[in-house]
Amino acid sequence: MNAHLPVLPVLVPMATAVLLIFGQAWSRGTRRWLSMAGLVVQGAVLATLGGVLAGQGPQAYFLGNWSAPFGIVLVADHLSLWLLWTTWALATAALVYACRGADGVNRRFHVLFHFQLMGINGAFLTGDLFNLFVFFEVLLIASYTLLNHGGGKARTRAALHYVTLNLVGSSVFLIALGMLYASLGTLNMAHLSERMAAVEGTAETLARGAGYLLLLVFGLKAALVPMYAWLPRTYAAASGPVAALFAIMTKVGVYAVLRIFTLLYGEQGRLAGLGDEVLFLVALLTLAAGSLGVFSAHNLRRLSAWMVVLSAGILMAAVAMGGAELLGAMLYYLAHTTLATGLLFLLADRIRERGGAEADDWRLASLPSPGPALGILFLVAAVAAVGLPPLSGFFAKAQLLLASHDHDWSWWYWLALLGSSLILLLAFSRAGSSLFWRRSGQAMAGYEPLAVLVLAGLAATLLVLALAQQPLMELAAKAAADLLDVDAYRQLVLGKEAG
Amino acid sequence: MELLLSLAIGWLVACGVYLLLRARTFPVVMGLTLITYAVNLFLFASGGITDAGAPVASTDGPWTDPLPQALVLTAIVIGFAMTAYIVILSLRALGDLGDDHVDGDRLPPEDQP
Repeated sequence: MNAHLPVLPVLVPMATAVLLIFGQAWSRGTRRWLSMAGLVVQGAVLATLGGVLAGQGPQAYFLGNWSAPFGIVLVADHLSLWLLWTTWALATAALVYACRGADGVNRRFHVLFHFQLMGINGAFLTGDLFNLFVFFEVLLIASYTLLNHGGGKARTRAALHYVTLNLVGSSVFLIALGMLYASLGTLNMAHLSERMAAVEGTAETLARGAGYLLLLVFGLKAALVPMYAWLPRTYAAASGPVAALFAIMTKVGVYAVLRIFTLLYGEQGRLAGLGDEVLFLVALLTLAAGSLGVFSAHNLRRLSAWMVVLSAGILMAAVAMGGAELLGAMLYYLAHTTLATGLLFLLADRIRERGGAEADDWRLASLPSPGPALGILFLVAAVAAVGLPPLSGFFAKAQLLLASHDHDWSWWYWLALLGSSLILLLAFSRAGSSLFWRRSGQAMAGYEPLAVLVLAGLAATLLVLALAQQPLMELAAKAAADLLDVDAYRQLVLGKEAG
Repeated sequence: MELLLSLAIGWLVACGVYLLLRARTFPVVMGLTLITYAVNLFLFASGGITDAGAPVASTDGPWTDPLPQALVLTAIVIGFAMTAYIVILSLRALGDLGDDHVDGDRLPPEDQP
C-alpha cells in the first residue's frame, strides 16, 4: 500500500467525487457525510505520507510503471506535502462551513468540490509539465462551475470574464509547452532540468521564450500585475465557502513558478535566473496594487479578495529573491495567508447570511451590528492578516524580513512589506470599527453556535501555526531544501547518478 | 511546408485575438476556438514536421514523433470541453445580463460585488 501513497491524494478526491456523482439520489445528509469522509481519508493519507517522507525522503511514483522520462511521474516531497496539508486544512473548514446549508443550492456542490481538490492536489504532486497543464484544467473547470454556485447576475458576469481569461491562459501555456518540447524534446520536469543545463543555440532562444510565456501564464493564475484585475471581482462574487477554497488557487500559480523556475531556470545552464528581475518588479507592483485595493474596498468580501492579491505579491517577491532561508519563511507565510484569507471570506459570508446581501458593506451604518462572537473572530483574523503579534502573521512576516535582510533587493522588499502591513493595519482598523462599533446598538438576528464553532476552528489553526511556530518553520525549511536540491530530484525521477 | 504552417498558425491567432477583443460573447467564443485550433497546430508541429512518416520509432524508413500527437489529442479533448462550457455560460449570460456584451449592460457599475 505504501508504494502507492503518492498517488492517493489525487485518487481519494476523485473516488469521492465519482461516488457522489452516482449518489445524486441519496439524501443530503448522506452526501454530506460521504464528502466529509473523503476529506478524513485524505487527511489520513497525508499523515501516512508525511511519516514515509520523514523516514525515507522524497518519493517518486511512476504511473502505470512506465519509467521516466517516458511515462508520467508524480513526485511527493516535503514541499508538495506542505502545500497538500495547507489545501486540506482550508478545504476542511470550507466544506464544514458549506455543510451548514450553502451546499444545498446545487446538489453537485460536493462533486465539484472534490474534483477541484483533485486538480489542486495533482498540480502539487506532478513531475510532468504536460500533466501539470492537465491538472490545471481539472481544477479550473471545477472552479468555473463552483464560481457559479448559487447563481445570480454578478456571478455570471464574473464567471464569463474568469473563464475567457483562463482559456486564453491555457492556450499560452500550451504554446509554451510546445516550445519547450520543440527545443528540449521532453516534458518530464527532471529530464527538462537536466537538458536545460546544457541548452544552447536555437534551442536556447526557444527555451527562453517558453520561460517568459510560462511566467505569463502562472502570473495570470497567481494574479500578478498586470493580470490581477480579474481576481477581486471574481472572488468577491463567489459564495463564501467557494471563495475560501479559491484562496489556495493563486498559490497553485506561485507553486508552479517556484517548482519550474527552480528546476528549469535554476542555477545551472545559460538560462539560470531567467526572469528573476522581472518577477521581482512585477511582484512589488502587485503588492502596491493590492495595498491600494485593500484601502479602496468598502466591504469585507472585496477587502479579503484584495488581500489575496497583496499576498501573491509578497510570495512572488520572495520567490524571485530565492535562497533556502527566505523560501522556508515564504512557505510558512503561504500557509498562514491562505488560512487567514479563507477565514476572512467565511466571516464575510457569515455576516451576509445574517444581515443580508450588503451587510458586510461598512458604509451602511444603519444596519445592525454582527455581534461580539463574529467581532472577536474578525479581530483574530485581522491581527493575523496584518501581521501583529501574537498570531502567525507576525512570525511569518518577521521571518521574511530576517531572511531577506542581506539580499541585494532587501531594501525594496522591506519597504514594500512594511508599507503594505501599515496600510493593512489602517484598512482593517477602519473595517472593524465601522462594521462592529459604528453600527446601531442591537445585534443581528440568527446567531448560530455551529457557524461560530467552524470559524473558531479555522481561527484556532492560525493560533496553532503561531504556537507550533518552531517545528513548523523547520518543516517549511525542509520543504525549501527539498525544492532546492535539484540533483536529488533528478536522481529520484530518472534513477541515475547526477552528472 | 514550414512557412505555410507557420503562416496558418499566425493567421489563426491574429483572427482569434481580433475576435476576442470584440467583447461580444459570440465573437469571443469564435476567437477562442480559432486560438485553440492554432495552438493544436502549433503543438502538432513541435515534434518536427515529417511527410508520410508513421508515428512509431523504427530504424528503417521515415518516422514522426508520436508524442505531440498524443499531446494534441489531449489538448483537443480539453479544448472541446472548455468551448462547450463557455458556450453554455454565454447563453446564460445572455439570459441573466440581457445583453451579449461581456460586461452586460443591465448591471450598473455600483451593483458590482
